[in-house]
Amino acid sequence: MSETEKKGTSRRAILGAGLAAGGAIAAGRVSAAVPDPLITQVQPWASEFGDPVDATPYGMPIRFESHVVRRNVPWLTESPISSINFTPIHALEGTITPQGCAFERHHSGAIELSKSDYRLMVNGLVDTPLVFTYEDLTRFPRHVQTFFCECAANGGMEWGGAQLQGAQFTHGMIHNMEYTGVLLRDILNEAGIKPEGKWVYVEGADASSNGRSIPLEKAMDDVMVAFFANGEALRKEHGYPVRLVVPGWEGNMWVKWLRRIAVYDRAVESREETSKYTDLMPDGRARKWTWVMDAKSVITSPSPQAPIRHGKGPLVITGLAWSGHGKIARVDVSLDGGRTWTEAQLSGDIKPKALTRFHLNIDWDGREMLLQSRAMDETGYVQPTKDQLREIRGLNSVYHNNGIQTWWVREDGEVENVEVS
Amino acid sequence: SPVWADKLGLGRPAVPEEIEAWDVVVLPDGRGLPEGSGDVSTGEEVFAEKCAMCHGDFAEGIDNWPVLAGGQGTLTDRRPVKTIGSYWPYLSTVWDYIHRSMPFGAAQTVTPDETYAITAFLLYSNGLVDEDFVLSKENFTEIHLPNENGFYPDDRAEVEYPKFRVEPCMTDCKGEVKITKRAADLKVTPTDPDGRPAGTIPDWFEVA
Repeated sequence: MSETEKKGTSRRAILGAGLAAGGAIAAGRVSAAVPDPLITQVQPWASEFGDPVDATPYGMPIRFESHVVRRNVPWLTESPISSINFTPIHALEGTITPQGCAFERHHSGAIELSKSDYRLMVNGLVDTPLVFTYEDLTRFPRHVQTFFCECAANGGMEWGGAQLQGAQFTHGMIHNMEYTGVLLRDILNEAGIKPEGKWVYVEGADASSNGRSIPLEKAMDDVMVAFFANGEALRKEHGYPVRLVVPGWEGNMWVKWLRRIAVYDRAVESREETSKYTDLMPDGRARKWTWVMDAKSVITSPSPQAPIRHGKGPLVITGLAWSGHGKIARVDVSLDGGRTWTEAQLSGDIKPKALTRFHLNIDWDGREMLLQSRAMDETGYVQPTKDQLREIRGLNSVYHNNGIQTWWVREDGEVENVEVS
Repeated sequence: SPVWADKLGLGRPAVPEEIEAWDVVVLPDGRGLPEGSGDVSTGEEVFAEKCAMCHGDFAEGIDNWPVLAGGQGTLTDRRPVKTIGSYWPYLSTVWDYIHRSMPFGAAQTVTPDETYAITAFLLYSNGLVDEDFVLSKENFTEIHLPNENGFYPDDRAEVEYPKFRVEPCMTDCKGEVKITKRAADLKVTPTDPDGRPAGTIPDWFEVA
């Protein structure tokens, strides 16, 4: 038995003793009338050694947080190699997503590509087609910016109704990281874009290639070629050593293991922008090039994986809001399914095209609630209801579901994913 | 050409063999297609050998693997069947995607002639050419897929944003609110051993 397991056992024993002694502990919550043995008895961690500094050169979360992991839903896709998993947003706070539990979406698996094997080609309608090594990229001027990456399909399973139980599953195809890298325009400038160049085609080194076309205006604006995220190298599954960061735009375009940037006079209309990432509309035609992710929010707690166990009284409602059009201006929260709304507090820095944390502190009277959040961005766009979106788009657009989420908080504190009239 | 800043002099010129190796993209107007050709019956043979174990002998799909043929006229159905024949706009995408990214797990193992042949077979499977059809670089752009005009660029700026960029209601916004759908009814979410949704935050006073 390991040292940590022994500690766990001793803590359980102490709690059990407390229950037996006083009977004053309801669901383990300590009454003020009986002395708490966790205070009155010296605990092992207050007496013995903890772990030495050389125990963990690169640490993982403490074992009590083992629920804070990526999860997948096997039936969603035909193969785990071209599939998705979900960020545990129900258990996170603030805005920065820990890389180790930030969602993955691959089309032919997470490949291993070393910095020494890495090459980036720029070709097409340029004055000089170029090849860069990883080392070359580190010599361009650097930029540091924080952005959300949201899969176009985030919430896509919910178009037809409430389906999955938990914010991780309904809203967790998203992560938010502080990127360090170089501007795509600085790389393109080295090659020199010819006047006929109107589109940039980007593709990865993996078998799927994930090629996408980006209009030159966006490419020359804020697109980054990133190699650090949240202070360290990209994780393998997030594109190590180099990925594209396309602020505010659907995650599919954030090409990982970026190997080629080509300038063309038109869009390639690749598989990932024809068969996929096009949005079927009620008349049988489909939108293409729906690049921007519109304003969206979700209450992360309470939520189905984060029930209320502490009873009535003070309750923190916390959630995330984001918009591909810029900064979040406001988030409203409703406790009654959208009949009345209260403005929540935006906590921390509000950055454009990045996750924004909101909080609303309430005094819960123990009655059931229908919780909703509604984001507004700096363009004045107000997050619509799912019904408002369906009225325009029908049920088969697959992508870009930014409709308002409802959580039914029951009197017992359990929370369900529901839709309301 | 436009210059935004002085060049830094990083990188080195790409040589033609390198560009040829990596730039294998085919555009809707046929640019990027290599010399070559392939007919339906050759395509059927290659497909049987390299593709049919997932996509079926007739490109109809096996189990949950993608369906490549059929579904024409279903795009307004409750459950549309989106295939090459029913949904895809351009044949270039078929050629390009197969050549670069298929077969799944062994990509970049089909030659240009094989890709022409598979593409011809997929046209045949979708009822778009006869069984003696030969697809080549020369006649490639004569082929138009049924849904070529089925797409339009993002129009949210016209159709949605004016509707949603309005001051929202704050009080008395609607009448009685009823629950109309419950995910709990479907029971398709992965669960923890205790039956709760997987990853539910533990009750700290019940775990050690």
